[in-house]
Amino acid sequence: MRYMMLIHHDVHELANAPKQQLWAEYGAFNEALAKAGAGFATGERLESSAAATTIRVRDGSTNVLDGPYADTKEQFAGYFMIDVPDLDEAITWAKRCPSSKYGAIEIRPLTRRSAA
Amino acid sequence: MREPPAMADRVEHAHKAAERAARESYGRLIAFLAARTRDLAGAEDALADAFAAALRTWPERGVPANPDGWLLTAARHRQTDAARRRQTQAMGEEHLQLMAEEIKEASQMSDEIPDRRLALMFACAHPAIESGMRAPLILQTILGLTAEAIAAAFLLPPGTMGQRLVRAKARIRQAGTPFRVPDPDELPERLDAVLEAIYAAYSKAWAEIGDDGTTPFAEEAIWLGRLVVELLPEAPEAKGMLALILYTEARRAARRDSTGTYVPLDEQDIALWDEEQIQMAEALLRDANAAGPSGRYQIEAAIQSAHITRRVCGRDTRHAILALYDHLLALTGSPVAALNRAVARAAVDGPAAALLGMRPLASDKRMLVYQPYWAARGHLLAEAGHKAEAHEALTVAIGLSTDEAVTRYLLGKREALRAFE
Repeated sequence: MRYMMLIHHDVHELANAPKQQLWAEYGAFNEALAKAGAGFATGERLESSAAATTIRVRDGSTNVLDGPYADTKEQFAGYFMIDVPDLDEAITWAKRCPSSKYGAIEIRPLTRRSAA
Repeated sequence: MREPPAMADRVEHAHKAAERAARESYGRLIAFLAARTRDLAGAEDALADAFAAALRTWPERGVPANPDGWLLTAARHRQTDAARRRQTQAMGEEHLQLMAEEIKEASQMSDEIPDRRLALMFACAHPAIESGMRAPLILQTILGLTAEAIAAAFLLPPGTMGQRLVRAKARIRQAGTPFRVPDPDELPERLDAVLEAIYAAYSKAWAEIGDDGTTPFAEEAIWLGRLVVELLPEAPEAKGMLALILYTEARRAARRDSTGTYVPLDEQDIALWDEEQIQMAEALLRDANAAGPSGRYQIEAAIQSAHITRRVCGRDTRHAILALYDHLLALTGSPVAALNRAVARAAVDGPAAALLGMRPLASDKRMLVYQPYWAARGHLLAEAGHKAEAHEALTVAIGLSTDEAVTRYLLGKREALRAFE
């Protein structure tokens, strides 16, 4: 099954994290993802939610909001992709991700593509 | 026109065979049908159709030599039909091919269908499933109980229980929850959830005892416990849990008097205890203790064993019970264990020491609405001679009670306080 792994960072915990160690761990983690084969991808890292802009179009008029979609303690910060047999394997990959210590990893199965 | 007797016999024979298959093989068939697709709702529908087909065709054509194999093949055909109808969805073809292979496999299977019930139980008790829904899911998928029956025991409206079961099954399919016994390094933690679900089913049965002494799930929970012990013979905690259930079950007949009032363990008539169940529990506990480190269920079963030894053999096991509670408290850190330890301490050091030991619990918010806390407090205060406080605690305990038999017992206790004034 294919899963998108959504990384949410706790801003406070991340601020206090030992950065050098974290980036070293991320280097190793991304290396492992790259080696894991087809269906795995390292994804992208996002700028902080302070840089976010949120857009809604209703009845033809555009509402522009300077800020993230949801103003919560944990902010969406990036993602990676995996292709594994089941949820337990996905949980193992979530535990491997260094960000799991400074926030949360949300595991979302990809909708299977229609054959038609 | 009446059916000729031969036909009536055949019908009866077919119905009995179908009933037997439903009782003995339901969970095994569901586990097998859902193992690959993870689609429990689909497997249940397919099996229900297969049973309906059996009731139609068996009376005419006779009961097949291998009823389970027949049902499995019929259910597989239903699943294939259903998959064909959804063919626009992805994996349709691949899926159909897999199923066709499995139908062939199933029809060639001469006797036993591989037992995947344990894997199914681990899927139902997966940490990704809401903890309160694990026991209901196991009861439905392994035993085939209806949402109505489960709802009654779990004190939920049947509609709500039905919806939650549907949602939990959809989650298993969509999230990709594995149907697999976890790896050895994860097994202890994950087995806990399975045992907890079975124990919860039993506890519901215990709390829901009716006036006629019948219970909805006691037998089913014991059956599930035996199944886990049988399928995972190397797991000591599974044996510990089954022993704990059997010790409790053995005392069922003694826990109410003729007026339906609750009878505490110390006042129970031991002639009413079920000797055979106690023996089985003792044997299981010995096996569990010999096999490995003690977990929560083993310790709790050992406490039950010590209580029974005390009553039956008249041996003083009070210190042993207190030591076991120390161990349990250190292991779980649960306030319930702390409460029970305080009560066990009263038997050794007297009520005043026990009340002192209970003091830290008073600041635990969960205890304020925990009925056994107030009941225990009431007893200890009464024993220590603090009548006014005892009266107050027993009154709260009565107010929090949801069991008529316990209410009656506590009212009697409170009345007795007055008698010595």
